[in-house]
Amino acid sequence: MLILPKSDIAPSDITPQEVYQERRQFLGMAGGLALAAALGGLSTSAAANTRQKFSGVISSKFGADEKPTPYKDVTGYNNFYEFGTSKSDPADFSETLRPRPWTVSIEGEVKKPKRIAIEDLYKLAPLEERIYRMRCVEGWSMVIPWVGFPLADLIKWAEPTGNAKYVEFFTLNDQQQMPGQRSNVLDWPYNEGLRMDEAMNPLTLMAVGLYGEQMPNQNGAPIRLVTPWKYGFKGIKSIVRIKFTEQMPVSSWMKANIHEYGFYSNVNPDVDHPRWSQATERRIGTGFFQKRQKTLMFNGYAEQVAQMYSGMDLRKNF
Amino acid sequence: MLPTTLTPAAVSRVKAILFCIALIPLLRLFVFGFLDMLGANPIEFVIRSFGTWALTFLLITLTVTPLRKFTGANWLVQLRRMFGLYAFFYALMHMLSYVWLDQWFDWAEIGKNIAKHPFIIAGFSSFVLLIPLAATSTNAMMKHMKRNWQKLHYLVYPIAMLGVLHYFWLVKKDITQPVIYAVILTILLGIRVVWRLQQNAAK
Ligand code: HEM
Repeated sequence: MLILPKSDIAPSDITPQEVYQERRQFLGMAGGLALAAALGGLSTSAAANTRQKFSGVISSKFGADEKPTPYKDVTGYNNFYEFGTSKSDPADFSETLRPRPWTVSIEGEVKKPKRIAIEDLYKLAPLEERIYRMRCVEGWSMVIPWVGFPLADLIKWAEPTGNAKYVEFFTLNDQQQMPGQRSNVLDWPYNEGLRMDEAMNPLTLMAVGLYGEQMPNQNGAPIRLVTPWKYGFKGIKSIVRIKFTEQMPVSSWMKANIHEYGFYSNVNPDVDHPRWSQATERRIGTGFFQKRQKTLMFNGYAEQVAQMYSGMDLRKNF
Repeated sequence: MLPTTLTPAAVSRVKAILFCIALIPLLRLFVFGFLDMLGANPIEFVIRSFGTWALTFLLITLTVTPLRKFTGANWLVQLRRMFGLYAFFYALMHMLSYVWLDQWFDWAEIGKNIAKHPFIIAGFSSFVLLIPLAATSTNAMMKHMKRNWQKLHYLVYPIAMLGVLHYFWLVKKDITQPVIYAVILTILLGIRVVWRLQQNAAK
C-alpha cells in the first residue's frame, strides 16, 4: 500500500516542517486511504516545482569534460552517519534536518568572532558550478557538479589572526534533527580540519548545492566542505561552526581509528587502507559490467595541490 | 511443535520445499538486476548479498543438531547436508562475484588483496576450508572415510568463526551486523561445549 509517493526531494524542503510533521501524524492516525492518496498527490505536485534552483551560477573550467554521476545515485548513495550507517539511510531519513534558518559561527583565532546566515553565505562570493571527482575511502567514486564558492573567500571575510594555522569544521549536533547521533558510532559532533594552505587552495570549495540546486539534506544541506583531492569523509557536511586554531585538529575519524584515518587523507593509490586497496576505484553509475579504474594520485588534482606536500613523506602523513 | 517422526516421503517433500526457498536469495538478485533495483553500486550489492547468505546458511546448518536434540525430531538431520551445500554454493557465488565482477580476474591484484587485507585473508581461508567439506558430502564419501569424515567435518566450526571474523574486519565502524552473527554463533558453539562437558562428566 503506497501512501506517500516518494520523490527525490525531502518533503521538509517544500512544506514547513511543523505542518509536514502534523500531516504525518494525522495520516498515521487516520490511516484513511482516500485521504492519504489525496494529500500524497498534493505533496508531490508541490514537490515538482520547489526543488530550489540557484540562479546566476557561473560555470567554471573545472571538470567540464567529466560525465556527472546520475542525480539519483549522487543523492541516493551517501555516507552520512548522522542519519544511519547504511548508504541509503541519508536519503531515507534526512527529512528531519531543517536547513533553514541556518547560521554558521566563526570562532577561534579570528579578529572578532562572528555569525553568518546561510542567505548571506550565498552572497559572500559569486556561486560557481564545479564538476569534481569524489573518491571515497571505501574504493568507489562519483563525479558531482557542485555549486559553491571558494573557502578562501569565506576565510578572507572571517579575518583570521596570524596564529591561525588550521581550520576546524563542525557538523550540527542535534539528535532531534540527526537521529543517527543517538548511536555512538562516531564521536559527535563530526569534525574535520584542514591546514591553512589547504583551506586557501583554489580547489577547496564550500558547496551549497549540486546539479544547480540547493543542497539536498542527504548531501549535507545547507553547506558543506568539498576537497576533491582528499577522501570523501574530509568533506564535512551540514557545517555550523568554523574554528581557526593553532594546533592540528583531531577529526572524528582520527579519534575513531588513528591507524586507519590520518589528518591529511589525501587520495593516494600507493598507500593502502588496511581494509581496502586504494589502487583502483569503482565509478558509481557506470553499470554492472564496467571494470574498476585506476585511482590517480591526489585523485587527479596533483597539478593544483601536489606542491603543498613537497618534501613530506606521504606514507607517514597519510 | 515439530513432529518427532516423519515418513521418508514427507521428509522428501520438506526437503524439496526448503530447497526452493533457499534459492530465493539467488532469484531475488536476478529479479532486482532485471528491474534495475540493485542500487547505485550493484556489484557491492551482489557481493554482500551472497556473503550474507553464505554465512546465514552456515549458521542454519549449525542449528540443525541442537534443534534436533532439543525437539527429538531426528529427521531434521536429513536436511543438514542440503543447508551445508547451500552455504558452500552461496560462498562460491560470493567468491566468484568478487573475482569476476569486482576484480575482473586481475589475479595480481587479487593475490595482493589476499596477502595484505586481513578481512580478505579470513574470508579466503573460510572459503578454502569449505571446499573439502563440500567435496566429501556424498554418502559414498561418508562411508569411505568412516570416522575421519566426522573429524574432517569439525572444520565447520573454524569456518564459521572465520566467516564472522571476516565480517568484523570488513565493516568500517558500525559493528551491529557482525555482532548479531557473532552472538548467534557463540550460542550455537556454546551449546556444543556444554554437551561435551556433560559427556565428559558422565564418563
Ligand atoms: C575467497 C573468499 C572471499 C572473498 C574474496 C570475500 C570477499 C568479500 C568482499 C570483497 C566483501 C564486501 C566488502 C565490502 O563491500 O566492503 C565481503 C563481504 C562479506 N563476506 Fe566475504 N569473501 C570471501 C569469503 C566469504 C565466506 C566464506 C563467507 C561466509 C562464511 C563470507 C561472508 C561475507 C559476509 C557476511 C560479508 C558482508 C555482507 C554484508 O556486508 O552485508 N565471505 N566478502
